[in-house]
Amino acid sequence: MSEHVTATYRVNSEGRTIAHPAHHTLLEVLREACGLTGTKHGCELGECGTCTVLIDGEPQLSCLVLAREVEGAAIDTVEGLEGRDLHPLQKTFADLGAAQCGYCTPGILMAAKALIERKPTPTRADVCEALSGNLCRCTGYIKIIEAVEWAAALCRGESGARPADASLYGVCKEKPHG
Amino acid sequence: MMRLPTFTYVGAKTLEDAVTALADDPEGTRLVAGGTDLWPNLKRRHQGARSVVGLRRVAGLRGITGDPAAGVTIGAMTTLTDILRCPMLRDGYPGFVRAVASISSPVLRNMGTLGGNLCLDTRCTYYNQNEEWRQSIGYCMKEVGDTCWVAPGSPRCWAVQASDSAPALCSLDAHVVLHSTAGERVIPIADLYNDDGIVYLTKSRTEILTEIRLGPAGARRSTYWKLRRRGSIDFPVLGVGVALELDGGTVSSAKIHLGAVHSFPVAATAAAAHLLGKSLTEDVIAEAAELAKDPASPLDNTDFTLQWRRRMVGSYVDGALRELAGLPPKATPSVHGEGALALEV
Amino acid sequence: MADRDQPRIVGTPFRRVDGVAKVTGRTRFADDLAFPRMVHLKLVRSHVPHANIKEIDTSAAERIDGVIHFVRGEDMPNTFGILPVSQDEHALAFEKVRFVGDAVLGVVALTEDAAEEATRAVKVDYEELDTIGSVEEALVTSTDKIHEYGDEGNIHKKVSMEFGDVESGFDDADLVLEDTIFYEGNTHLAMEQHAAVAVPEGDGKITVWSATQTPHYVHRALAKVLELPAAHIRVIACPNGGGFGGKSDPFNHEIVAAKAALQIGRPVKICLTREEVFYCHRGRHPVTMHVKTGFKKDGAIVSQHLKTALDGGAFGSYGVASTYYTGALQTVTYKVPRYRFDGLRAFTNKPPCGPKRGHGTPQPRFALEVHLDKAAHALGMDPADIRLNHLQPKNSVTANWLKIGSMGLEECLQKVIDGSGWRQRYGKLPEGHGLGIACSSYLCGAGLPIYWNHMPHTGVQIKLDRSGGVAVFCGEIEIGQGSDSVLAACVAEVLGIDLKDIRLCVGDTDLTPVDLGSYSSRVTLMMGNAALQAAERAKELIAEAVAERLQVPAGQLVFAERRVFDASDPERGMTFSEAVATAESKFGTLGTTGSYTPPRSPGRFRGAGVGPSPAYSYSACVIEVCVDRETGCYTVPKVWIAHDVGRSINPALVMGQVEGSIYKGLGEAMMAESALRRLPKKRSNALVHKFPSMLEYKSPTFLDMPEIVTYLVEDPDPNGPFGAKEVGQGPLLPVMPAVCNAIFDAVGVRIDQVPAHPQMILQALDDKARGGPGRYGPKRFPDVSWGEPLRVPTPDEGGDGKAINAEQVGVRGGTMKEDPEGVKS
Repeated sequence: MSEHVTATYRVNSEGRTIAHPAHHTLLEVLREACGLTGTKHGCELGECGTCTVLIDGEPQLSCLVLAREVEGAAIDTVEGLEGRDLHPLQKTFADLGAAQCGYCTPGILMAAKALIERKPTPTRADVCEALSGNLCRCTGYIKIIEAVEWAAALCRGESGARPADASLYGVCKEKPHG
Repeated sequence: MMRLPTFTYVGAKTLEDAVTALADDPEGTRLVAGGTDLWPNLKRRHQGARSVVGLRRVAGLRGITGDPAAGVTIGAMTTLTDILRCPMLRDGYPGFVRAVASISSPVLRNMGTLGGNLCLDTRCTYYNQNEEWRQSIGYCMKEVGDTCWVAPGSPRCWAVQASDSAPALCSLDAHVVLHSTAGERVIPIADLYNDDGIVYLTKSRTEILTEIRLGPAGARRSTYWKLRRRGSIDFPVLGVGVALELDGGTVSSAKIHLGAVHSFPVAATAAAAHLLGKSLTEDVIAEAAELAKDPASPLDNTDFTLQWRRRMVGSYVDGALRELAGLPPKATPSVHGEGALALEV
Repeated sequence: MADRDQPRIVGTPFRRVDGVAKVTGRTRFADDLAFPRMVHLKLVRSHVPHANIKEIDTSAAERIDGVIHFVRGEDMPNTFGILPVSQDEHALAFEKVRFVGDAVLGVVALTEDAAEEATRAVKVDYEELDTIGSVEEALVTSTDKIHEYGDEGNIHKKVSMEFGDVESGFDDADLVLEDTIFYEGNTHLAMEQHAAVAVPEGDGKITVWSATQTPHYVHRALAKVLELPAAHIRVIACPNGGGFGGKSDPFNHEIVAAKAALQIGRPVKICLTREEVFYCHRGRHPVTMHVKTGFKKDGAIVSQHLKTALDGGAFGSYGVASTYYTGALQTVTYKVPRYRFDGLRAFTNKPPCGPKRGHGTPQPRFALEVHLDKAAHALGMDPADIRLNHLQPKNSVTANWLKIGSMGLEECLQKVIDGSGWRQRYGKLPEGHGLGIACSSYLCGAGLPIYWNHMPHTGVQIKLDRSGGVAVFCGEIEIGQGSDSVLAACVAEVLGIDLKDIRLCVGDTDLTPVDLGSYSSRVTLMMGNAALQAAERAKELIAEAVAERLQVPAGQLVFAERRVFDASDPERGMTFSEAVATAESKFGTLGTTGSYTPPRSPGRFRGAGVGPSPAYSYSACVIEVCVDRETGCYTVPKVWIAHDVGRSINPALVMGQVEGSIYKGLGEAMMAESALRRLPKKRSNALVHKFPSMLEYKSPTFLDMPEIVTYLVEDPDPNGPFGAKEVGQGPLLPVMPAVCNAIFDAVGVRIDQVPAHPQMILQALDDKARGGPGRYGPKRFPDVSWGEPLRVPTPDEGGDGKAINAEQVGVRGGTMKEDPEGVKS
């Protein structure tokens, strides 16, 4: 069997000392050694964004990070997003149907979290750009964009009405874009 | 799940660690910076490695120093996002920053480094495939086969230079610093590239690219136009880096480099020469754009058709020059980095 | 009883019942499962496109540390396939491989790393055969057959049917227009790669967890290939990380994992790589089409003849149905009084095509809608009017015997015409800007099951007890479309309880009643009806017991707000849990069932099984494009779409389905293609997928999506639960033709194929500048001798739904019917 290393990772603010194959990526270590299967994978080649996690606060692709290179770094995954309550992003994604099959969702949530922490009032163009490395095949992105904007408003402490309610049903839903 | 092969990992802490490890086994050792090029290549078994030297923890390789008036030095491990977040680079070298803003997607720019982007392996749709796929075509010349499938009669490999930053930095006459156990050398960045899809760099396998040096920005105007299918993620199918200086109303210096239409960032020298001493009228620009098509050698190994990509060389050079001349646009570039520049303020 | 006119939950946007699980990472997809002693499977796949297998040498692979077992094709000689008429797949090929990617051997190892390494060490000796790469090649190649069965040579299926005298219709027309159109193949590209885990239970029984849209068919295929009683196999469908039709077939990897688990007595997992997913494929067929239509001056269609040629790939899959579907739904939007359809599907040495969102209908819909746009211009009409003025009426029967119920297309058209400012803007936008319009319709589930039987298409069981909790069991599968939410909403609505009071158990062949699967847009309508029936029955039991206790007529009881009470005196009542306890006391343990079987359709001819549906959804779409004349590149800044969904169960999710459909449609219109490539013949026999990766198979990003204005049109259908119809597939269909029609409005050239690439627009513009027609598209339809069509008089002609020449035509063009023998491969 392949060479193993023992390393200590700081995942969702918890230290974990783990032995794992030396050549494994962060994706494999999170899913297989830590049992944190919330982080998904869609290509393992850096082409789809599904496996996005935060490393020292920046979204990175866990499939292209050799695990041992981030020993000691702060690693955040979807499992750490929720405190006693859902994170505002989780609430708005759930309420608006921004997660359909839900497979790309953990990666997009993490990229969105980094965005709204760095830019509390992102423009719609910022949201699209920041998430543009994350593919979603279900939603057509619209609900995701709305959910991020709504969550940003909630994080800013604004009451933040559900964006689409007023005109959701049976009538035209106009959305400014860009 | 696609997985890496096994290898010995050397986490270098100093440049000396790294060059020493490299000198031990130059053929069997690979360097990893951001990992966004090497790891996929290893996972697909394009490349093998007995050992991999990680540069992530090497002190002093990440950072931006200097200023546009005197010149700027960028450490090779500086991430692409770091570059976008540096206001003085935007002011002094807009073409370069636009090129960086056009690279892939934000998440990959968070990981990818400037050094890594400059050393990006050449790409080809007959090569950047999984092992099983490549086995089914009997592999190609860039690997263990003997044929270049995009040009089967050809004695050489036509894999495509796919870095956005390279043509932009070539047009700006940047230099790079290469470091090895033998010491350090500084070369013009255009000399870093070889006219070959396989041995695409002149850098020896014992050398590490450590710095990128930009000269004083002066009055130079620069831009970068990138053609790709989607608004994000995709490699260029054409990149046009242009830098000009105007003396009064006439062009006193001009550099045009084309990316993704050859195995190296090819200089459109005749087009650039055509501009010298002339004012940037619509006609002069159109003539230069026509001349720029000549050195481009697009082949059928990227997205889109090669005839169209060749035609787009003219349209994009024309567009980039019109932008620098302040003329109204005729064509619109598929990517111009605006979104990334706004995001990373 | 059920207050269907004033529902509390249905029709309001509510948080999907699986929403929290999906945003917290708790949803367990197939690859997230792990079991004690679990080992890993990889498949050795063919790297040659067509060959006889001479020898498989595993000696080097056996020496790799961690490798414990090999699974061989000879151990599973029975064939399988989704359709009874095309049981043409082996779990592992052991005589012959038919495309690059065909699986030949299973390798089991302690780690996936070791299994992967071992697959590379296996040497397979092949005797290569000539390859077939296109419909044209299949038509002229009768030797080196890919399969031993099929209608003729390498033609898998050939059908021809005529409803009314089409030729004389052309004689009556003021304008006869012909078009040849091509639609490139494409694939689902669900974000989740297929995965399965097979867990042996130690007594010869086995459980298979899989990312499948159709656990019921996987169950049948496993029973057949493993030669086990179906009762000893349990298939559990995990929530799918996207399906879109790509997880609708039973797959070899599921069967090989199960076989390996039984052979070694350990749990076996397999998760495909992205490239392998491209090999599974079952995506949209590439289809060349020829459409000829006779029009009256006012744009009315008098007669239409459609020919389609499908490049099917290496296996049958759903292909027979796909072939019929390219002809079936052309008649349900606009009146087509006389109609002929000829279609064929060829076997080629490529990954097998199958059902993708819209199954067989987006291609001919594209052809029809582009064709109508041209007809409108030829007749000097507004393209909106040629549609609006000739709609198929509601509650009618089409020339090809499809029964139309509700039909909201007129309102859909009005919505997008008004919303887009069509009347003021069409043909009048600045140079390079254009609008295009198109419509479509789709099924709400197929009228007939895939294998012939008289059992329900879906079933729902409800278990209630004194806790007040309600457990709902159904074989449906959540693939992201929101079926769990529909199921919970239907039951909660009827019983007057909260969504949170409901516990779902779905997609488990041991525990849940059979549901045929999440495909064909069948789930909301069929499962919804079954859920309503089960819930109404539960309500009836509870009402009877409560009525007795409260001394109130049962009909006067209201179920709402987790209470059961007297409508005339709301204070008089009890909590829902007390009500259930009352019923449990009276009747004993409580459980009810509901099921659904679609109504019989009026067609009685061979082939009439494809096309009928309990209801049809309708969509209309206007798309704005902006074309750069210098480069041919174009963008889509805005889309207006109206969809007749009958009634929204959860409008938030309906909107999401519409927006997702636009996304998929724009991808297909602009960039997505499953193109294959050959190498120079004298140097290589290769026939490979050009772009089997997430990077090069182009799927639009966040930065490629337009603004979308969505209108939900509600024309409740009597056959739908609360009037609901489908929304998952229909809204995709008008997107591609609307894009190409908009390109014409923008720059005056016709792109008669998709994806419409920029270079095609430039070529068409160059052609126009040289005085040509300004068109890019296929030049010809393949030469095919169709033989005598099956002739079916139309309802207008007084037909009875039967063919008049069935005997002369014979069995070719057969419907799907049970064939216990399968097809020997």
